[in-house]
Amino acid sequence: MKLRLGRLGLGKLGFALALQGVVALGTATSALAVDDTKVKLDDPLKTGMFAYHQKLILGDPDKITFDERVIVRAPVSAEDSLNVPVTVDATAIADVRRIVLFVDYGPIPKILTYWPQRAQPKLSFRFKIDQATPVRAAVETTSGAWHVGHTIIDAAGGGCTAPAVAYASDDWEEELGKVYASVWPDRGRVRMVVDHPMDTGLAGDIPMFIIQKLQLDDLDGTKLAQIDLHEPVNEDPAFTLYFEKGALKDKLRIHGRDNNGNPIDAIASAQVTQ
Amino acid sequence: MRRGKSPASAGHAGQLTRRAAAGAIASAGLIAATGLTLGSAIQAPPASAAIKNGNYDLVPRQVADGVWFVEGAREYFTQDNGGDIVNCVLIETDAGMVIIDTGVSLKYGQALRQAAASLSGLGIAASFNTHHHPDHWFGNQVFADRPIYALGETASLARAEGDGFSDGMYRLLGNWMRGTETTPPTQTITSSSITIGGRIFVLYPLSGHTGADLALLDKKTGTLITGDLAFYERAPTTPHADLPKWYEALDALAAVEAALIIPGHGPEDRDGQSLEQTRTYLTWLETGLKQAAAEGLDMVEIMEETLLPDAFKNLGAMPQEFHRSVSHLYPAIERQAMPLSNL
Ligand SMILES: [Zn+2]
Repeated sequence: MKLRLGRLGLGKLGFALALQGVVALGTATSALAVDDTKVKLDDPLKTGMFAYHQKLILGDPDKITFDERVIVRAPVSAEDSLNVPVTVDATAIADVRRIVLFVDYGPIPKILTYWPQRAQPKLSFRFKIDQATPVRAAVETTSGAWHVGHTIIDAAGGGCTAPAVAYASDDWEEELGKVYASVWPDRGRVRMVVDHPMDTGLAGDIPMFIIQKLQLDDLDGTKLAQIDLHEPVNEDPAFTLYFEKGALKDKLRIHGRDNNGNPIDAIASAQVTQ
Repeated sequence: MRRGKSPASAGHAGQLTRRAAAGAIASAGLIAATGLTLGSAIQAPPASAAIKNGNYDLVPRQVADGVWFVEGAREYFTQDNGGDIVNCVLIETDAGMVIIDTGVSLKYGQALRQAAASLSGLGIAASFNTHHHPDHWFGNQVFADRPIYALGETASLARAEGDGFSDGMYRLLGNWMRGTETTPPTQTITSSSITIGGRIFVLYPLSGHTGADLALLDKKTGTLITGDLAFYERAPTTPHADLPKWYEALDALAAVEAALIIPGHGPEDRDGQSLEQTRTYLTWLETGLKQAAAEGLDMVEIMEETLLPDAFKNLGAMPQEFHRSVSHLYPAIERQAMPLSNL
């Protein structure tokens, strides 16, 4: 049987699990005595969660600061809680090695790690939100210093807002790993949608089933950028990657795999009529 | 391909959190624009929610012989407006009042029934639900002693999505929703007209705003009630929109000889402007999103960087409704704009 768990089902289970997640994290917080981070930060959002993530997600770095140059843009309210769009922009910071995205509240706080390699330190993506939460972007430079920016997203949802169709799609297997992509060399950007159910592992008896890594290369093999996914982001994840104008050729390779070993391999091309 | 086992059913865990979450989360930070209007004729002043001392204060406005409606605020759902954002129509017949759309909650339905009683001593004859969005039928509970008509597809959508909508409405409106139990319509419309208490209603089964949208024409006065196929001075909403079908429905409505249009949201319209405004906006929206996809924009960029044209920026619930539409419509549009690229 290939019945797909509908969007609504996953979302609802997510809401319930999120509450449990916070309780569990809260307990862990006191047990781990997280205020003994190497660097004491005064979290402007005062969620009580940052030190915990500073330690467990970022590895308790020696140098870390909140930095307004790290810009996280998202709608103030999540219209579709399963597909909340976010753009993180750290182009004001030099020598970025990686950007780690995470939420304060959620069953799986760590979202993804972006390694810009030859790209600009800027990324757009979508993710599943379980409740109102800050989204944090922690930017590590090559010197090992971390700069953190954030925004708050409300997950109030609403009548017409509720993710509508709990459809059971039975063709996921055929669609799995299909990549819809384009390159805009003159604008310095690449966009892609990768078909994948991206199961959370939190619902029913479906184990976690996610894309773990997406790598962009020049056709000569030069690495351009890498995305590591730590959680299911959203079903059929969508990304926009940004480069200097003219830095991209007309074609590039997108490849990766999911946690069950299914490969993803595609060549994205510039469109003739742009 | 390898993947885990699939479940038999999704369960319904969200239900547990609904009441607890009611009212706990502040409403969206965007404030709906007020202060209209475009240059068209007779306009009632922009409606704000009719709220008095924490109760709905519905005052029906007569717009034709035996036809009244209560206009909702031209806004999105907020605690301040109590969800009083929708138009409900009351039409007098020899058998009692016919109610078209019943509002957002038990409490709203009660206020609407009271308003109907103030106009006619004959009670309620029947109700209609134009489509399955919660602001149009969550007052059904109050009218369930009489027939509640809807298209068959509307009834199944209401049954399938009612609980999910209810979760959302409790989160957004909190106490305003107290006691509201989802009560789907009971009578399926199969004919092209229906006579109630001597009054003939021509029925138009359409779609596009949702999977099933009913419009009704009151033969006696030529009043066309469009449901959410037409919005006026309030931005159209698109959570379940099928734009090509919506344009077709607007064509069909434009062909009806109507003396007066009562849209789903916004003031009455005596010269067809509501159909035109809805079509112009949807066309602009679709064209703009396709253009954005061709240029490689991501959703946040579109939301933040799009300049709303003068004709639309002062519509009620802007720019919030535009942002919502980007979320609803862009994923499908961007996918079509990018070719399948696998090796
Ligand atoms: Zn509607």
